Amino acid sequence: MDLMTDLHVALPDALLAAVGLVGLLLGAIGGDRISILMRLLSGVALAVAAVLAFQQVGQPSALAFNGLYQATPFTSFAKGVTYAMAAVALFMSGGFLKITKAERYEYSLLVVFSAMGAGVMLSAHNLITLYMGVETLSLASYVLAAFKRDSVRSAEAGLKYFVLGALASGLLLYGSSLIYGFAHGAGYDVIAQAPTSIGLTFGLVLLIVGLAFKASAAPFHVWVPDVYEGAPSTVVAYFSTAPKIAAVVVLANVMFTTFGPSQASWQGIIAIISAASMVIGAFGALAQNNIKRILAYSSISNVGFALIGVAAGEKFGASSVLVYMTIYVIATLGMFGAVLALRRNGAPLENISDLNGLAKTKPGMAFGLLMLTFSVAGIPPLAGFWGKVQVIQAGLHADMLWLVLIGLASSVVSLGYYLRIVWAVMMKPPGEALDRTDWPVATTVLATSVLMFPVLTIGIQRLLDVAVSAHVG
Amino acid sequence: MTGLPILSIVTFLPLVGALVIGAFRIFGGPNFAGSASKSIAFVITLATFAASLVALAQFHPSQSGFQLVEDVPWFTGTSYKLGVDGMAILLIVLTTFLTPLCILASFKPIEDRVADYMIAFLVLETLMIGVFCALDLMLFYVFFEGGLIPMFIIIGIWGGKNRLYAAFKFFLYTLLGSLLLLAALIYMSNVAGTTDIVTLQRFPFDPHVQTWLWLAFFASFAVKLPMWPVHTWLPDAHVEAPTAGSVILAGVLLKMGGYGFLRFSLPMFPDASHLFQPLMFVLSVIAIVYASLVAFRQTDIKKLIAYSSVAHMGFVTLGIFSFTQMGIQGAIFQMLSHGVISGALFFCVGVIYDRMHTREIAFYGGLVHRMPIYAGLFMLFSMANVGLPGTSGFVGEILTMVGGFQASTWAAAGAALGVILSAVYMLTVYRRVVFGEMTNEKLSAIKDLTATEIFILGLLAISALVLGVAPSLIFDATAGSTADILAGIGK
Repeated sequence: MDLMTDLHVALPDALLAAVGLVGLLLGAIGGDRISILMRLLSGVALAVAAVLAFQQVGQPSALAFNGLYQATPFTSFAKGVTYAMAAVALFMSGGFLKITKAERYEYSLLVVFSAMGAGVMLSAHNLITLYMGVETLSLASYVLAAFKRDSVRSAEAGLKYFVLGALASGLLLYGSSLIYGFAHGAGYDVIAQAPTSIGLTFGLVLLIVGLAFKASAAPFHVWVPDVYEGAPSTVVAYFSTAPKIAAVVVLANVMFTTFGPSQASWQGIIAIISAASMVIGAFGALAQNNIKRILAYSSISNVGFALIGVAAGEKFGASSVLVYMTIYVIATLGMFGAVLALRRNGAPLENISDLNGLAKTKPGMAFGLLMLTFSVAGIPPLAGFWGKVQVIQAGLHADMLWLVLIGLASSVVSLGYYLRIVWAVMMKPPGEALDRTDWPVATTVLATSVLMFPVLTIGIQRLLDVAVSAHVG
Repeated sequence: MTGLPILSIVTFLPLVGALVIGAFRIFGGPNFAGSASKSIAFVITLATFAASLVALAQFHPSQSGFQLVEDVPWFTGTSYKLGVDGMAILLIVLTTFLTPLCILASFKPIEDRVADYMIAFLVLETLMIGVFCALDLMLFYVFFEGGLIPMFIIIGIWGGKNRLYAAFKFFLYTLLGSLLLLAALIYMSNVAGTTDIVTLQRFPFDPHVQTWLWLAFFASFAVKLPMWPVHTWLPDAHVEAPTAGSVILAGVLLKMGGYGFLRFSLPMFPDASHLFQPLMFVLSVIAIVYASLVAFRQTDIKKLIAYSSVAHMGFVTLGIFSFTQMGIQGAIFQMLSHGVISGALFFCVGVIYDRMHTREIAFYGGLVHRMPIYAGLFMLFSMANVGLPGTSGFVGEILTMVGGFQASTWAAAGAALGVILSAVYMLTVYRRVVFGEMTNEKLSAIKDLTATEIFILGLLAISALVLGVAPSLIFDATAGSTADILAGIGK
């Protein structure tokens, strides 16, 4: 296979890698003065890469680079969403970076590299490629978390993320080496055909631990609230969307393809991780007052819900994972947009009490935030509800009633804190006036909230169709 | 089928109004939105009422099955399907009848954030109508649970002192019940491959599975209705909600539970319904007797009426699970009549609350000296609530009891006790509030009803009397749906 065909298969990722490298060169010459230009360049590159990835959804699976890399409809779909989310997160970040004096050209490039890492790990068809992708994503993310280097909290977040992330990477690598040893190969197809053995199962468990850490599923979730709280809000808006869907889909993809034949050995593990995430995410957020921490727990809980779809197996669950995570990350991005908009006298606010009276002071923003909150909470007729229906359907098809019931119960509990947001926005009297919202943030919040609307269920049906066509193989 | 999708129009007209007000709210500035939104909301709800009457006129009571059906494919296995039978169209008309009155009654007491209030109310109306005409289970669920959001906001913003607690309790309680319904409905759609209600009503579910599905549906409808022992959210929600919120809550939202039993539990799970008949009788009788006794001990008028609602809903479940024609006809009638009467009673409480800002029974006394018209109308509704012959309350109670008697003597005997008890608490509260000497100085300046209030209560009084004198108006329309339900249950 010649290089051009390979590059064609890996075009979205290759484009980002090229843009990232060129950007580094330009940045070395231009410095921070061109950071706005850099953001534009990176944003456009991410958007183009997203379009390219979505185009691959309609095409048959293709291998590249001697079987190290594979573009399947399933992973290309997730890749498209990942890149699109990264592009929008970048689009929103300008105003925030400016007022927090973190406007540096590396920011955009780090987002590009980390998104590219997510893309590579999605398209991996070999454990080595997978690890490369995971590390590219993680290393860029560690730096992003600590991006406000003069802020103690941001540095703490970066360090925490790094130490725990390195441990998870180590586990992932160790698991991979076990699998490699027992399956006599690191390619997904080789592993899939390997006979089951105790060593393979050990490797599988370690691999799941590593990936669950990246997806922030319980019990590997401890870093999430701290990192979310400490890292700059724009970075968290990115963390909680683009890498999130990538990590969940990677987990699903590895389980479905590599370990598809031995579903019985991992189904229980994933189900327990899923149940634990939902419960911990639901209860953990109840006592929080920081919106970013609340959203952190909410993401743990939602990842747990999506894992019901993974546990249900490829036949029933694959499309539901895509639909659920796509709707979830879109809504989350909008909610972080609302967090970014909370600013008073140039200082960012992040307490739930700072939302007080938003319905009076910023009706449009409040409306958007309400719709997004109710959508994430899964209240019909908003989009999040349809995502939940898909996942529940998959869970019930796979005869996992207990897991579905835990999911439903935790939805009720999580309503406790979603309603607190609603309460603050609608019912509390407003505090001092907030600053004007930048137009990119306002646009994003409104656009994402409109996407949650049932009139656009045609859109959801389309999403479903695409997701169903985005088969794993 | 006629050209116009009349049910869609009835359902979504209020939503259109809400969008118009919302546009004013966001782009028109706060001062403009307030007064304009009142008139827009009132006109829209009146138009919706008119449209629902058109639908009623197009409805043929003599035919069985669903009419005015609209069916558009939506998702895989799910379609946007609307249609009504006699029971549904009457509940829709009840909804569209009560909503403009609620809007009218909110003109004066609601001063804060009027536009938001009207939006919430109009959205709520759309969702309530949708519940009654959805012929697809998923669509039904969307309307059913979507109604929580506007009601939460209505209680939360314009409620009383303890509204935080009440609003959260209302939301979480109801949600817990309806999520079980969601799991059941997804299971059903997995098994049957569709969520179409008409198909599902004929789908033979395995009797063992039926039991679980029935329980899941029960969890949802029992909370909504509400039945003892999951009724505790209702008194809190009622006490804290603004007057119009209480009226809608008692008048329409509670009916969704009874409607759900009749539309889903009975026809879809006939074996399980028979299996659980004794349980339902026991719960109904407990609800009737217990709630009546609790009502007697209340010091807050609204709470008293809330408990009386729980008792009256006990008659509804008694009638439904008698599986007799009389019982089911009576249950439907009781739902409609209770919608009018309890709505009117909450309006009556609202009238004096707006004047004195307290609902303590002990605060009042001797109102008849200052408010003769009010005393008269309140008397009428109290009597209707007790079930005095000639009022609509009588017809519903007697029919459900006769139906219940045919199925179980003991259940009917227990329920009959409730009729006596309802007279005890209702007459007591009426005596303490309206009769006697006016000892409280603060009451001396209280004014009688305004023209608007006379209009609202007068309309409701006429409805209660007409329904009581000529119940056949209702029975003609519900005969078809009752026969369908009974055919479904296999009697």
